[in-house]
Amino acid sequence: MNRPLQWQIATIAAIRPETPGVKTFTLDLPDWMPHRPGQHYDLRLRAVDGYEAQRSYSIASAPETKGQVQLTIERINDGEVSGFLHDVAVAGDRIEVRGPIGGYFVWEVPLGGPLMLIAGGSGVVPLMAMLRHRAAAGSQVPARLLFSARSYDDLIFREELDRLGADGSGLEVVYTLTRSQPSGWRGYGRRIDPAMLATVAGPLGRTPLCFICGPTLLVEAAANGLAEIGVPVSRIRTERFGPSGS
Amino acid sequence: MADDFVTRGFVGRRQITSAANTQRIPPGQHEVKDFPVLSAGPTPRVPLDRWSFSIEGFVREKVSWTWDEFLKLPARQFTVDIHCVTTWSKLDTRWTGVSVDTLLEHVDLDPRAAFVTAYTIEGYTTNMPLPDILNGRAFVAYEYDGLPLAPAHGGPARLVVPHLYFWKSAKWVTGLRLMDKDRSGFWESAGYNNHGDPWKEQRYTGD
Repeated sequence: MNRPLQWQIATIAAIRPETPGVKTFTLDLPDWMPHRPGQHYDLRLRAVDGYEAQRSYSIASAPETKGQVQLTIERINDGEVSGFLHDVAVAGDRIEVRGPIGGYFVWEVPLGGPLMLIAGGSGVVPLMAMLRHRAAAGSQVPARLLFSARSYDDLIFREELDRLGADGSGLEVVYTLTRSQPSGWRGYGRRIDPAMLATVAGPLGRTPLCFICGPTLLVEAAANGLAEIGVPVSRIRTERFGPSGS
Repeated sequence: MADDFVTRGFVGRRQITSAANTQRIPPGQHEVKDFPVLSAGPTPRVPLDRWSFSIEGFVREKVSWTWDEFLKLPARQFTVDIHCVTTWSKLDTRWTGVSVDTLLEHVDLDPRAAFVTAYTIEGYTTNMPLPDILNGRAFVAYEYDGLPLAPAHGGPARLVVPHLYFWKSAKWVTGLRLMDKDRSGFWESAGYNNHGDPWKEQRYTGD
């Protein structure tokens, strides 16, 4: 526990676009160690004159993926670090990182469930690490993901989530699209509210273990809504970002 | 890691800010103009008629204030720079509150008291050596920018310890427990640094 977290130089193995504003960066780590799903890495950029910029990014991959981590990163307008990663970085580049970091907003199979995950936008990233871990470990813990995004094209990991939701392991994925919905859309089309939470979380019983990640307003709405429908506050864990966080 | 490492192609967007302000941003931090919200669970709503603030532990006699009593304590304005471990810093934040020095005038400290744990309405704790909250270095704030402190920012009252990373500035604080021994708080038990000095970049355990 007292081992200092050392900076290490990762190599970008691959960059994959997920949505128009989101890319996944797969990093090869010389000093890889298994993370707990929900944890993050700090990433540091350094210019020739020593100027530095540092940000934290959630891990999207499961700890079962050895030797690598995937950081799925939204490009923030005017984002100094996300802008560089999206526009300048290419596979083969080397980047300083340290981690994994964080010990509260984490879920592993032994923590059990049922699991209620609520995501807004790129807040799905740490929850995706939990779902990938759940799948890789063969867990049948009942789980639901309620994922709010602006539009269909903004649903990060949609194909993989649809696949995981159909694999018979007890995961159900529910989407809500707050700005525009494609024709024939069968998911929700509004912001998260207590009625939606009661419908989605209700079947998980009185005390689901809840993880909520997204912009502050969504997290507030979801956390207060869950408390309102009777979920004990001690079962609700949150992680917020924005409006800053570039 | 190698101190001469350079990220290929990174120039950086040095913020257009005065040299004086640059001096006020600790290493690895960047300045923000808004006020991000970070917390581990739902935002508690605290009814003011049930709120109280206590100083307990290694003191001769525990002291508690109700909300009305707390508002009658000598308050002052504080303008301070704050630094969050998630790398944002905000300069010249304006608060109104009561200095911890003022609060401690109401108790007789046990000479063995050397550490403090701030505790909160929802169970969050954070720990500090006692000197870190003395001599004008910490206060309990109930106004931000001239308005009552919003619940999302820790209202009705939060501890503010501006010279340490902002997780030490416990939101929804309801008391200070003086102790003879150090005991890790919530984030300090979860991989974050026990002390959290932004100027030494003490972000995580072992930094």
